Amino acid sequence: MTVASAKPSRTFTPAGSGRPRKRRDTQQRLAFWLLLPAGVAVFGVIVYPILRTLLISFFEVNSALATVTPFVGLQNYAHVLSSSGFWGAMGRTVYFTLVSTALELVLGLVVAGLLNAKLKARWVFRAIVVIPWAIPTIVNAAMWKGILNAQYGALNALLTQLGVIDQYQAWLGDPTTALNMVILADAWKTTPVVAFFLLAGLNSIPEELYDAAKIDRAGWPRIFRSIVLPMLVPSISIVLVLRTIEAFKVFDIIYAMTRGGPVNGTQTVAYYAYMTAFSDQNFGLGSALAFIIVLVILALTAFYLRLLRRSEMSLL
Amino acid sequence: MKIAFSRARSARVATGLAAAAALTLTGCSVTGASTSTSSTAQDDATGTINVLLMKQAGYSETDVATMIEQFQADNPDIKVNPTFVSYEALHDKIVTSAPAGTYDVVHLDVIWPAEFASKGIISDVTDRFPSEWKNDMLGGALTSAEYQGKYYGVPWGPSTKLFFYNKDMIAQVGATADDLKTWDGVLAVAKKIKDAGIVQYPLAWSWSQAEALVCDYAQILGAFGGTFTDDSGKLAVNSPAGVEALTWMKKTIDDGLTDPGSLTFLEDDTDKSMAAGKTAMEINWESTFRDLNDPSISQIVGQGAVAVTPAGPSGANPGVNGSMALAISSTSKHQAAAWKFIEYVTSEAVQEQFVTSNMTNWKASYAKPEVTKNNPEVFAAAGKEYDSMILRPPVANYNSVSQALQLELQNALLGKKTPQQAMDDAVKAANSQG
Repeated sequence: MTVASAKPSRTFTPAGSGRPRKRRDTQQRLAFWLLLPAGVAVFGVIVYPILRTLLISFFEVNSALATVTPFVGLQNYAHVLSSSGFWGAMGRTVYFTLVSTALELVLGLVVAGLLNAKLKARWVFRAIVVIPWAIPTIVNAAMWKGILNAQYGALNALLTQLGVIDQYQAWLGDPTTALNMVILADAWKTTPVVAFFLLAGLNSIPEELYDAAKIDRAGWPRIFRSIVLPMLVPSISIVLVLRTIEAFKVFDIIYAMTRGGPVNGTQTVAYYAYMTAFSDQNFGLGSALAFIIVLVILALTAFYLRLLRRSEMSLL
Repeated sequence: MKIAFSRARSARVATGLAAAAALTLTGCSVTGASTSTSSTAQDDATGTINVLLMKQAGYSETDVATMIEQFQADNPDIKVNPTFVSYEALHDKIVTSAPAGTYDVVHLDVIWPAEFASKGIISDVTDRFPSEWKNDMLGGALTSAEYQGKYYGVPWGPSTKLFFYNKDMIAQVGATADDLKTWDGVLAVAKKIKDAGIVQYPLAWSWSQAEALVCDYAQILGAFGGTFTDDSGKLAVNSPAGVEALTWMKKTIDDGLTDPGSLTFLEDDTDKSMAAGKTAMEINWESTFRDLNDPSISQIVGQGAVAVTPAGPSGANPGVNGSMALAISSTSKHQAAAWKFIEYVTSEAVQEQFVTSNMTNWKASYAKPEVTKNNPEVFAAAGKEYDSMILRPPVANYNSVSQALQLELQNALLGKKTPQQAMDDAVKAANSQG
């Protein structure tokens, strides 16, 4: 904004020599044309669908090919906010978001610390760690579904042979356990990203700080608390923002692993919206749900961004 | 740059608002669909047709590939492009692809004609449907394509869940097929198999939170003499029979006869469990018999046997009606070509060619020894079971009714609610949706 307001005064030149102004115009035009494709793409795949969803959320639409779609105002929103199914899904989503983000943060920190250690062939370990993240979610979900299988799952075999459990468990057969298992699968896949963000942060901590702390005879717990953690706050904050939002929108891993069952135990709010729109063909209600999710995520983002702006160096 | 952007943005907002205002004022459809969807302009029965099919029980991908090959040889002007999805994804795929008209022919489950027909997603083909078919086809199969007296597709095989058991395991505890004619008998044999340590859980079911659970429940409900709806057509599974059926299901888990993993299983999983020799008995679709005897996927080849589903205390043993049909999307631009394809694959001759995968819906086929000899065991069992089938409620909002039912059935099976409470809640939830 400041640049824009400062520019006219700088480019103001006496009449007769209009060249700089012309160049600025050409530049602007070029920039416009260069940005146009991106603008069209953003409009086509983001702005237009969002507006369309907003519009549909005010109507009663009972079919993908509906021709009669009465206007119902905010009724869809009222219906969603008063339904127990929505609040149940919301509760599970919040649980999923909190637990998975926390788990990924802790594990990510540990992995980042290990990857930062001075080892021979460190790049090999770094390459291996990134693999879970490189695997598509749908494959990851299928793999964990296999591991957790009640009859031939690897987890059952492992725990039985170690003597931890005496008979095979249906890990995805109980709503609470199933949700925790989906969180585990999600953490397995996403921890590497978190670790790499934190590794970047770790790399930027100057060696001298450690040396100084060691001279002051600080032990590892103290160094971690007084140097590593405060210096990592910017990285942690970014990871926290990204992961919370991602976790709140979780859909694909649920769809592939449990399809929301058993007894809706893994039905998150995004999955609930999908079911309402595409399975029940209640597109008005589904759109309202989708918009409520957008609003929650916007609120979360705004909250995080404010925290980040207020203090760059403190966590909260 | 900045100027261009803000101008573009305000234009965008203005367009959006104008569109919203226009739609609000005129009360027009927000889906963009017009009232006359089926186009008859390009109806010369040529072109490429896309077919959406189910990859689960019934006709396999190889079967369909053979059918298409034969069809294309007879009809060089039509190219057929099949797409297979799992049963669980089929309904939603039909819905989401409808506005774009991606698929010309879609595979229809018996529970969907009401929904898809009333919502204009599939074409009314009553005019194309020869009246003699109504007599030549099995009644149970016809319901898979019929809604309010009109036809919206052509039946493509009747289907029901039959009873499958492992002959060797049964024999090891000294039981015979006669002991498996009632559910009480099945449980007694299951107990013996468990006590003898042959398998840990003799029974497996497809009781995950999916349509499969409702199908299994339907069959038990029928055996207890119950029905899904009352005389007014409303869900009434909180009837004594409905609750007893569920209580019975729950008890098989408590007694350790049913694999607790059943609550995560679909039909395919129970099929695999039995093929791996971990399950002694199950109910499943007809094609299970083919899979149990396929050495590439089964370890119990030759041990699998099939029978009519056992009877309950009421003496009745109806099978769940799981017939399928083929329908034409209302948005298809190749209605005539699509019909030609459907006519071919549902024909008596083609269905008779693939009886090991799927039974035929032509009554005449059952009297032809040259046909029945290809799959005698299943013909014997299924032929009897098709005479009495239990239908899931044919209502337009079946999907949400089914979801309410799945949720509450699982609540009872997991012991979170009593069967009576669960069924009361299911009835309340389903009937409040209207």
